[in-house]
Amino acid sequence: MLEVKNLHVTVDGKQILNGLDLVVDKGEVHAIMGPNGSGKSTLAYVMAGKPGYEATQGQILLDGEDILAMQSDERAANGLFLAFQYPLEIPGVATMTFLRTALNAQRKKRGEAELSTPEFLKLVREAAGKLEIDMDMLRRGVNVGFSGGEKKRNEILQMALLQPRLCVLDETDSGLDIDALKIVSDGVNRLRSPDRSMLVITHYQRLLDHIVPDVVHVLSAGRIVKTGGKELALELEASGYAQFQGEVAHAS
Amino acid sequence: MNAEIRNMKTNAELALAEAYSSGKARLPGGRTVVALREAAAARFDALGLPHRRVEEWKYTDLRALMREARPIAGAPDAAGIARAKDAGLRIGDMEARRIVFVDGTFVPEISDLTDLSPGLIIRSMAQALAAGDPLVEAHLGKVVPPDREGVVALNTALMRDGAVIHVAKGATVERPIHLVFAATGQTPASVFTRSLVVIEAGARVMLVESHDASAGHQVNTALELVVGDKAHVDHIKITGGPSDLVHVSSLMASIGAHARFNDFAFNIGGGVVRNQTFVRFDGEGTLAGLRGASLLNGKQHVDSTLVVDHQAPGCQSREVFATVLDGESRGVFQGKIVVRPHAQQTDARMMTRALLLSDEAEADSKPELEIFADDVQCGHGATSGALDEDLKFYLMARGIPETDAEALLVQAFVGEAIEGIEHAGLRDALMEQVVAWLRARGA
Repeated sequence: MLEVKNLHVTVDGKQILNGLDLVVDKGEVHAIMGPNGSGKSTLAYVMAGKPGYEATQGQILLDGEDILAMQSDERAANGLFLAFQYPLEIPGVATMTFLRTALNAQRKKRGEAELSTPEFLKLVREAAGKLEIDMDMLRRGVNVGFSGGEKKRNEILQMALLQPRLCVLDETDSGLDIDALKIVSDGVNRLRSPDRSMLVITHYQRLLDHIVPDVVHVLSAGRIVKTGGKELALELEASGYAQFQGEVAHAS
Repeated sequence: MNAEIRNMKTNAELALAEAYSSGKARLPGGRTVVALREAAAARFDALGLPHRRVEEWKYTDLRALMREARPIAGAPDAAGIARAKDAGLRIGDMEARRIVFVDGTFVPEISDLTDLSPGLIIRSMAQALAAGDPLVEAHLGKVVPPDREGVVALNTALMRDGAVIHVAKGATVERPIHLVFAATGQTPASVFTRSLVVIEAGARVMLVESHDASAGHQVNTALELVVGDKAHVDHIKITGGPSDLVHVSSLMASIGAHARFNDFAFNIGGGVVRNQTFVRFDGEGTLAGLRGASLLNGKQHVDSTLVVDHQAPGCQSREVFATVLDGESRGVFQGKIVVRPHAQQTDARMMTRALLLSDEAEADSKPELEIFADDVQCGHGATSGALDEDLKFYLMARGIPETDAEALLVQAFVGEAIEGIEHAGLRDALMEQVVAWLRARGA
């Protein structure tokens, strides 16, 4: 379902990803771990099409289709979702308006009918309830005045409503206390399904206690340097990333 | 330098002076009014049209922008009145009482003067001038007389009609009053309207002005507003029109003690638009909100100039202006706050923000604070910038196409100022105008 082939990415003329290869099969959850500066967030951003993140070589195939040529909104309509590490505040755009605009824009692009107001409200109420998000909060500006935990829950709410094929979670655990972490990971786990793949990007192993991955990859200096099962995360927690910095030096 | 050179008149100035001298016999008003007009005409003769060397007009060189003056509009014919039938509908359905002026002349047959609530008097300025109305005699030209104001002088010299509204002490006017100004003539003309609104103590009213004009018109409109102690007045002005319209508007308001005055100016059309607002606090403990939103494209030039004069202690003024600029448009904000020596505990703030959607657009802002009291809070801020690319990416990453993402962000930007309008229906109607403007932009 997701195939990243020989991906090279530069940001401000600086090479960040150096021939990254990655395959995530349908229904699988893969974790990407790595030290600061290894290119984790760059991978997330280039997948979502953030301006300034330039793929100079390689492909990102979603069900065989290269998404690199698509605009960000087209990628989203094709089933890609990025949960932001730092969700942005948009004063003046009510969260409800934002959710509805996004949902209907995607449906429209896929040739589906727009949701009626009652249909939409029902969906939001259900999804928000599971994430313990108060409906009053959704009438406020997007993420305005939200705590760190509330922002992350709002990301998962969007994911639940948009029902993507591929979820990329960028440092979703950052800024979360233990209770919020539980709510957020439960939200993510509910969305696990045989039709949906997930890429969980994290620096720490902690999140992977809650969202248990099928496969763990170690990213260092812009490439995947090691791949293993979920136990690899525990190994890393014990030994740190230093060993891989050396491995990359050796590889290059 | 030879003074003769400075006194060289432009074609427009000569034509306006000629329009006054040849037309004054037909303008309404008795001896007092004639004297007022004569003095104003002499003032205009001395000042001329404002130009860039006049500090208050530095960014809006009206003399250069208005090379020719249009002939003065005559009374509208039946076809012109018919064309004004739907004017001003952009305020939405507020169940407002419509008072309609076509080509600067009050048209009773399409105005609603039935069932005026107790304490409310509405009449035409032309009639009031002709009849020597005591309210007009008492206030006209005296509310906040601006110095060295050529366009106000010109308005006084050539004013023909407008609204005279009186709200008696303690009266609450439930239905908003909508002054609809429509210039529908098919040949370009000049229109001079002048209104006077006097709200007595403790009264409450909402006043909406909408201005629209057909191609090539030059509109000079002025409103004098007297707000009594403890009165509560909302005033909203909406200006639209074709891209070759010149629209100059002056609001002169004096506000009593413990009153509330909410002013909002919405600009969504016109070629050269100047909205100048002179507000004077005459009594303590009053709150005034002066807000505005402008959406500009093409070669539009919209200038919002405010002078807020704190003459009484303990008053609060808030200015919030948002301007969206596309194409080669130019937006000007000039805000002057004066705090007189005894106006202690003044709390005055102004904020102006410009959102530039094009590299060719230009926003100028000039805040001025003149503070003569020592126990005051005054602040001003100005920002200008392009759309936030990170916010746009966030919206697009959720599947929202680029133009829609931009539209959402522009709506949010303008929304902050529009939120200041208390009437929910009007707020929604203006947001719809914003959406329509954005749709036209994206098309």
